[in-house]
Amino acid sequence: MIEVRDIHKSFGDAHILKGVTTTFEKGKTNLIIGQSGSGKTVFLKCLLGLFIPEEGGIVYDGKLYADLTDNEKRDLRQEMGMVFQGSALFDSMTVEGNVMFPLEMFTKQSKSEMKDRVDAVLKRVNLIDAHHKFPSEISGGMQKRVAIARAIVMNPKYLFCDEPNSGLDPKTAILIDDLIKEITEEYNITTVINTHDMNSVMQIGEKIIFLKDGLLEWEGTKNEIFKTDNEAVTNFVYSSDLFKKVRQMYIQEQN
Amino acid sequence: MNYLASVGSYAIMIREVFKKPTKWRIMKSLIFKEIDELIFSSLGIIIFISFFIGAVVAIQTALNLTNPLIPRNLIGFATRQSVILEFAPTFVSIIMAGKVGSYITSSIGTMRVTEQIDALEVMGVNSLNYLVFPKIIAMLFYPFAIAISMYVGIFGGWMAGVFGGFLTSEDFITGLQSDFVPFHIAYAFVKTLIFAFVIATIPSFHGFYMRGGALEVGKASTTAFVWTSVAIIILNYILTQLLLG
Repeated sequence: MIEVRDIHKSFGDAHILKGVTTTFEKGKTNLIIGQSGSGKTVFLKCLLGLFIPEEGGIVYDGKLYADLTDNEKRDLRQEMGMVFQGSALFDSMTVEGNVMFPLEMFTKQSKSEMKDRVDAVLKRVNLIDAHHKFPSEISGGMQKRVAIARAIVMNPKYLFCDEPNSGLDPKTAILIDDLIKEITEEYNITTVINTHDMNSVMQIGEKIIFLKDGLLEWEGTKNEIFKTDNEAVTNFVYSSDLFKKVRQMYIQEQN
Repeated sequence: MNYLASVGSYAIMIREVFKKPTKWRIMKSLIFKEIDELIFSSLGIIIFISFFIGAVVAIQTALNLTNPLIPRNLIGFATRQSVILEFAPTFVSIIMAGKVGSYITSSIGTMRVTEQIDALEVMGVNSLNYLVFPKIIAMLFYPFAIAISMYVGIFGGWMAGVFGGFLTSEDFITGLQSDFVPFHIAYAFVKTLIFAFVIATIPSFHGFYMRGGALEVGKASTTAFVWTSVAIIILNYILTQLLLG
């Protein structure tokens, strides 16, 4: 579980996060939504420990990040997996090399043990024949799956995803969403996803937080988002006619 | 003010490079890869340029020796001095600032743009140590490339002098051996080692701290080349004053 306590983050005169408090539960897919410039990426980077908030704190399973020593922070980082928007795979390494990288860096496993683990996670993300291909030789969807495999290879406690569906066709996007949700439940990890994709919100949003101008404007589940009266949320989520109709149908069904 | 801030950031970067070392097993393979990329892949251009510059130095010297009282073996002497003292360590380093420097900036800059550096940091890897340290170690082999440059430059001078009909082979070799100061070799290699550090670190700094997209990677490479060249020229002056002055 991750507890976020009233965090503030500024860059020069720009006050990006103005006091965000929320909780992300274990075994659930938590989504962060909001317009561009609302502070989502800064918020996610604070969760990852890449940015340090000026005020407030972040607690990872009872451990306040600010109180940790450098070694403890490094250990905590190894409990985190991250799927970047552009996958961020290492160009110079094969798929197998990318997934094996964290194991080579942080474990004392033998080559065969590492290979077994890599095979297992690549199989888990449904990538069987891509071991020796380079990132440039595989599709965007496959790259995302490799990024997920790399993120889970160390059995993380926390999985962070930044726009995991961006640039993917709708079918592949759904596959990636489903895969993230399955992995979250299977590994019982705390997953936080930064997304613009309303399909993801409807499909896997067990907890959704909506950021607006650096503040937590709304939080709830995917069912609650259908019923909310919050104007900022409805304007953002139901900006397309399709989602307006989906919402109407949901409300009619409920009545 | 910006320049001062950059110098400060550069110093902090150098400190970070030597912190939290990467596992030796991984670092070893990175160092071998960088030696191949930075040193071996540059030998072709170094040999090509050295040969022709050595040749041109010999021809220019020969054409300017109009006084019959000045011995022809001065051509060999002038070629040796020019190549060992300045051409090989300094001129080749500026060429390398362009060739190797732009490779370093663009490779690290592309990693920054594509979030590969963020990925390293999220994993808890000291990205500066992982990316820059192997380049610094690989560039310790740069003096070997400069030694080759010296040899080929002098050989180019001999070829141009002898086959151009400016002097005999014996005259050239006599000039080459006259008034030789062994410390000049030490001076050249001290310079080379310092330039090697500059060539490895200034382009890394510009690549690592760049912001933006593909266009900015190109701009960062150009800026890195300019500042690496400026640093080499200024350090060349300071080191010459300190070591020979």
